Amino acid sequence: MTHQFCTFHVADFLFGVPVLNVQEVIRHQRMTRVPLSHKTVRGLINLRGQIVTAIDFRQRIELPPLATGNDPVIIVIRTGDGAFCLLVDGVGDVIEVDDSTLEPAPGTISSLVREMVTGVYRLKEHILIALEVEEITCQPATVERVC
Amino acid sequence: MKTDLHEQLIKDLLIESFEGLDSFDRDLLALEAGTGGPDILNRMFRVIHTIKGTAGCLGLQKIERVAHVGENLLSLVREHKLTVTRAIISALLRYADVLREMLHLLETTRSEGDRDYSEVLQLLRDLQTPEAAAPAEAAPAEIAPVEMAPVGAPVVLDEEVAAENGWGLFDDSAPTPTPTPTPTPAVPLSVTPAPAVPAAAVVAAVKALPKVSVPSAPVPVADAGAKTSVAETAIRVDVAQLDRLMNLVGELVLARNQIAQHLVTSRDAGLQAVAQRLNHITSELQEGVMKTRMQAIDSVLTRFPRIVRDVANELGKQVRLEMAGRETELDRTIIEAIKDPLTHVVRNSIDHGIEMPDLRTQAGKSPTGLLFIRAYHEGGQVNIEIADDGAGINPERVKQKALEKGLITPDMAARLSDREAVSLIFLPGLSTAAKVTNVSGRGVGMDVVKTNVERIGGSVDIHSELGQGTTIKFKIPLTLAIIPALIITSGGERFAIPQVSLLELVRIEGPDGKNGIETVFNAPVFRLRGKLLPLVYLNRTLELGGTSEMTSADDVRNLVVLQADGRQFGMVVDAVNDTQEIVVKPLGKQLKGLTCFAGATIMGDGCVALILDVLGIGQHAAVLAENRAGTNTSTAAAETTDEGNRQTLLVFDAGENSRFAMPLSEAARLEEFPRGKIERSGRREAVQYRGAILPLIDVANQLGRGPGIVSPDVLQVVVYSDQGRSVGLVVDRIIDIVEEKVVVERHGLEEGILGSALVQGQVTDLLDVRGVIRRAAPAFFTVAPSL
Repeated sequence: MTHQFCTFHVADFLFGVPVLNVQEVIRHQRMTRVPLSHKTVRGLINLRGQIVTAIDFRQRIELPPLATGNDPVIIVIRTGDGAFCLLVDGVGDVIEVDDSTLEPAPGTISSLVREMVTGVYRLKEHILIALEVEEITCQPATVERVC
Repeated sequence: MKTDLHEQLIKDLLIESFEGLDSFDRDLLALEAGTGGPDILNRMFRVIHTIKGTAGCLGLQKIERVAHVGENLLSLVREHKLTVTRAIISALLRYADVLREMLHLLETTRSEGDRDYSEVLQLLRDLQTPEAAAPAEAAPAEIAPVEMAPVGAPVVLDEEVAAENGWGLFDDSAPTPTPTPTPTPAVPLSVTPAPAVPAAAVVAAVKALPKVSVPSAPVPVADAGAKTSVAETAIRVDVAQLDRLMNLVGELVLARNQIAQHLVTSRDAGLQAVAQRLNHITSELQEGVMKTRMQAIDSVLTRFPRIVRDVANELGKQVRLEMAGRETELDRTIIEAIKDPLTHVVRNSIDHGIEMPDLRTQAGKSPTGLLFIRAYHEGGQVNIEIADDGAGINPERVKQKALEKGLITPDMAARLSDREAVSLIFLPGLSTAAKVTNVSGRGVGMDVVKTNVERIGGSVDIHSELGQGTTIKFKIPLTLAIIPALIITSGGERFAIPQVSLLELVRIEGPDGKNGIETVFNAPVFRLRGKLLPLVYLNRTLELGGTSEMTSADDVRNLVVLQADGRQFGMVVDAVNDTQEIVVKPLGKQLKGLTCFAGATIMGDGCVALILDVLGIGQHAAVLAENRAGTNTSTAAAETTDEGNRQTLLVFDAGENSRFAMPLSEAARLEEFPRGKIERSGRREAVQYRGAILPLIDVANQLGRGPGIVSPDVLQVVVYSDQGRSVGLVVDRIIDIVEEKVVVERHGLEEGILGSALVQGQVTDLLDVRGVIRRAAPAFFTVAPSL
C-alpha cells in the first residue's frame, strides 16, 4: 500500500499530512487575533467567506516563533469538524510513500508531538513524520485556560 | 431516461404532497375551531385531489385508492351533504397520517408498501352516511335542504372512477363546487360541531340562510384560483446551492472593496460612476442572498396545533396553545435541527405537565391548560420557551426516581438543590411519569433533546415550580443569522456587539472624562443619571493591551451601556465605529471554550471581526453574578424565579468582624478622603466636599462595634443624599457590589440594623441607613423638608 502525503517543513523537520485532507495552500494573509484563546491559535482567516481558525504549528510543537520577516505559509486542512489553517515554515512536494518504510513513532519524541504522529517514514534523505490531522487542533491540556 | 423522469416526478409528488398535507392538517383544525375562511374546504379538497391525481398519473394505485376514499368524504362535506363533526375531523386527520405514511414509504423504499389501511378507510366510508357522522336526530334536518343533489352518487363513485380521475393532476380547477341547480352551497359557513340543536330550529336556520349567502357564493372560487397562482411563484432551491451563492457574494464584496481602494487614486469619472453602481448592486445582492437562507420559525410552530390537539385528545386533556414570535427568523438548517426536540418537549409538556381537567379544577385552575410557546432573538441567539401552567416537576420525585434507577447516589441526592434535581430529567433513562403512556414515559427523551440541541451549539434549561408549571427554555445560536450590530474598536481590534444587548452610548468628555469614572476598590463604576453602573474595560478584560486608561492629552471616553441577564453594565472602548447588519458565523471547535465571543463575522473590507458575547464578557469581568457552568446554581435559580426581589447591594466592612450591606440605590456616591482632610467642629467630624460641608458618621462607632481593620490614611465614605443634603457614612472597607435575592431575617435586637441576610454566602447585617443617620444627626431629616 502506498500513501500520498503533502509535505511541509517546520524548522528542520519534515512533516506530512494525507493529501486528501489538504484543501489548498495559500500565502500568508492578514488574520484577526482571538483574545484569550489558546496560544496555538494564531487568529481567524477569512477564506472566501468562510471563517477559519489558524493554528501555529510552531506553537503547537513548542518551537520558538519564526524569525521576523519570514512569513509562514498556510495549509488549509479539511477535517470532519470543518477546515482549519496550519501555519508552517514552507510547503514541500506531494510524495508517495510505501507502507514498508513506515515505522512507529520513536518513543523518545515529546508527548506534545507523539499524540498526533501516526508514524515515521524513512525516505532517501529525510525522515517524514506523518501527522493525524484531527489531532493537530487539539490544544495541549497543560496550558488550557478557561475563559 | 424514462426512470430519471419518473424519479423526478415522484420527488415532486412527495414534496408537494407533504406540504399539501401540512396545510390540510392546519385547515382541518381551523375547520374544527370554526375559524377557517369560506374556501377552506375547497383548499382541502384540492390538496387531496392533487395527491390522488398525481399518484394515479405515476401508477401509484394504492395511494390513489386511499386518497380517493377521503376525497369522497370531503366532497360530501364540501357540498354540505354532511356536517362536520369531531368524528369526521379525527378520521380525516388519521387519513392524512395514512397518506403521509405511504408517502414516507414511497420516499424511503420507492414502493407504496403493503400495510393494511382498511380500518381507516372503512371508517371514512362509514362516515359518509350521515347517521354515522352526526347524531341521529339532527341528521335528517341537516340534509333536508339539499335533497335535490344525488345523495348516493359520491358513494357509488368508487374504485373504477378513480382510474379515470387519475389525470386530474392537470385539472386543478376541478374542485369548483358542483353546479347544482338549487342554491345548495347555502351554508358554506355552517361548520357547526356536532349539532345538538333541535331539528326544527336547524331547518328554520338553514331555510333562512340561502338569501344571505348566495351572493357571496362565487367569491370563494375566484379567491381560491388566485391563491394557487400565488403558491406557484415560490420555487424550491437546494440549500447547498444557497451556501455557494452566499460565499460567492462574499467574494464579490471583497473584490468590490478592493476596486474601491484602487479608485482612490483614479481620476476617471466614468470608472467612478460604474464602481458606485457596482457598490450598490453588490450590497443589495448580498442582502438578498442572505435573506434567502433565513426562514421564520413558523415553519416548525405550524405543526404544533395539530400535535397539541392529538396528544390532548389522546390523553383526555384540554389544552389551549398560544404562540408568539412566529416570525422570528432562524437559519434553515437550524430549523430542521430543532424540529424534533421542540416537538418532544411539547408532547412532554402536555403529557407530564398539564393535569387532567378535574385535577386542574381541584387545584383551582381553569380546566383548560395553557401551553405557551414563545420565540425571540436575544443577544445573537434565538430563545424558544415552551411553558405550561401544569403541575410542575416535583424535585423530590425526580430524586427518588434517579435513586431507584441508580443514576445518583443517596449522598448526591441529599446535596442536590431543587433546581439541580429538576435538571436530572436530562439524564438518560429517567422518566417521572407514573406510568408509561403512548405519548411519553419510556425514559428516552429529554436526554436526547438535550444532546440534539447541544449538537447545534444550543442549550436547554428547565425551570419548574411545583403546582405552577414548567418552562423549558432553548437557547439556539444563529449560526448564520443576520443581526444588527455595533462595531467598536478596542486595543486596535474591531469587535461587533449585538444590538439587542445595547442600551445606549455615552461619550464622556472634558472634566467628566477624568472624574466621571470612580473606583470602588478595583472595580470602576460610572454614575449614569444617578445610578451606579459597573464598568468593564474591554481591552483589559480581553487582555488586548492598548490604552483605555486616561492619557493626559485626551479627555474623551466612549462608554457602551449593555444589558445582559437583566442587568446593566458599561463597557469602555476606544472608539465606536458604526452599526451594521452582520452575518454571524460560528467559531471553529478550537475556540469553543471562549465564552466571551458569540461568533465571528466578516467586515466590509474582508477582515474578520469577533462578535462579543455580552453575557460572557460581563461574567468574565465579574460585573455580572457568577453563575457559569452550574457553579452557583442556587443563585441562578433565584435569578430566574424572583427577578423582582433581587437587590443590588453595596457590601462593606465597618468595625470588628462586621459585614454590612445596604441598597446601592441609597448610596449617592462612594468617596475616599485623606484622613488629614477631616475637620472637627465640636464632637462632629466633617470634610469639605464639593464646596459644602459633608458631616461624617462613623458607622462602626454608631453601632457600638469595636474598631476594625482600617486604612491608616484613607477614609472610605459612602455619601448619602436626601433632599439636597448629604451625609457621609464612614466605613472601613468597601467589599463589593452584588446583586442578589436577599431573604432578610429580622431580629430587631440592634438599633440601626434592619436584619441579617446571607449575601454571597456570608451572614451580613443590613444597615438601616436612615436609622443610623437619624440617631447620629437627628436634625438631618427633620430640617430638610421645611426648606
